[in-house]
Amino acid sequence: MIHQYKLNGYNIVLDVCSGSVHAVDELTYDMVALFEGRDRASALAAVREKHPGAADAELDEVYDALLSLKDAGKLFAPDTFAPMAGRLKEKSAGVVKALCLHVAHTCNLNCAYCFASQGRYRGERAVMSLDVGKRALDFLVERSGTRRNLEVDFFGGEPLMNWAVVKELVRYAREREKETGKRFRFTLTTNGMLIDDDVIDFANREMHNVVLSLDGRREVHDRWRVDYAGNGSWERIVPKFQKLVAARGGRNYYMRGTFTHNNPDFLKDIETMLDLGFTELSMEPVVAAPDDPIALTADDLPVVMAQYEALAKLMLAREKEGRPFTFYHYMIDLTGGPCIYKRVSGCGSGTEYMAVTPWGDLYPCHQFVGEEAFKLGDVWNGVTNAAVQEEFAACNVYAKPACRDCWARLYCSGGCAANAWHAAGSVAGVYETGCALFKKRMECAIMMAVARQVEA
Amino acid sequence: MEMKHIVTLETRDLCASAKNGGCGECQTSCQSACKTSCGIANQQCENGNR
Repeated sequence: MIHQYKLNGYNIVLDVCSGSVHAVDELTYDMVALFEGRDRASALAAVREKHPGAADAELDEVYDALLSLKDAGKLFAPDTFAPMAGRLKEKSAGVVKALCLHVAHTCNLNCAYCFASQGRYRGERAVMSLDVGKRALDFLVERSGTRRNLEVDFFGGEPLMNWAVVKELVRYAREREKETGKRFRFTLTTNGMLIDDDVIDFANREMHNVVLSLDGRREVHDRWRVDYAGNGSWERIVPKFQKLVAARGGRNYYMRGTFTHNNPDFLKDIETMLDLGFTELSMEPVVAAPDDPIALTADDLPVVMAQYEALAKLMLAREKEGRPFTFYHYMIDLTGGPCIYKRVSGCGSGTEYMAVTPWGDLYPCHQFVGEEAFKLGDVWNGVTNAAVQEEFAACNVYAKPACRDCWARLYCSGGCAANAWHAAGSVAGVYETGCALFKKRMECAIMMAVARQVEA
Repeated sequence: MEMKHIVTLETRDLCASAKNGGCGECQTSCQSACKTSCGIANQQCENGNR
């Protein structure tokens, strides 16, 4: 399968199944489109109609080059991956390697767009006890099989509202590392309100990654991210974020924003983040019901697509100026990225990845917490709802009819199960708006890789 | 290859990655910056034997 597109002056040919990327001229671009299903003579005749000035020798040369690429497995490679789709999960059945610990189902901000309904996940306010947290870490170690790398995200609500327990859990995990040979990687996701010197010191020593919530422009951020008195939080958190990031050496963090129907022109928010000195950036479309006034509309999509293109161009320009920055969704490692098993296996929610509530209940991921029908079990008894787990275990890119013929399937692995469930009523469905945005991001990311090589 | 027509980027051969792939040590897809979407293209392979 081929995906070919034009972006930022480049003609790009992606051979989906081999993962090969080719930058080509106009003649080659058209010949790729007319190559399959025709013999040599008819393919050349079809291309000649579009390029009447092309010399015969040149057409032959391009045709032969495409034949060579095909023979080398870099063009029109067949899809032989479907039988592998369930294999990774079968091989690692029962293995858990990542937990999202909901250490606080409460929050000191009252953000109107919060998918977690102000941290409560449609339930009671609560914080995780040290005992529940320790049991969750033990559960992870016990169920991790031969996996060495274990991931734990301190999430909420606002995890700094239960900071003492977070610190004790990290200390406990470090002890378990010595006994077991496992390696914990911690992530802290915070709104920043309670960051102080102790948080900065501890987080920068122990957290592999820190995710800091900032929506960009002050007026955009303060529209939603307000305290319970209705006051915006931008002015209070930005200096704290700057101090934490500086103390961290500017690495291993993400400044993570959300854009909504009110700011589809989110590049301005990214530029604000850059002006504030942040360089590791992520900006996500809001998760909202279609009838929610903050949800992105069909009219927003062309604006958002144009923003993604402008963002890619800005990144390339700043790289040339020696002022690079990172955008999470444009990080694509064409030579060292994931193997094919990973690419066809789905996101891992409900199988290798689960969320733990303050009460120790297990859910397929943080976005399903509070949806009782999806409760998998608890950290004492493990997974007891086999039917729901089977639904997630069976979820892979080849199990989704809409993904089978999509060129981006080996880059998204079938997409987000929670988005699919919200949009299509099934974890085996797809969220079409999300797919459109994802595909645009991949086109931009691959274009940037092309630009770096061609310009080099 | 005539470079004026085609520039081929260096990429990981996905078909060949099946040979020693599937160790499962890489990061879980959602356990990073986004938490609201799924992408695997930006993840590092952590297989020491590939």
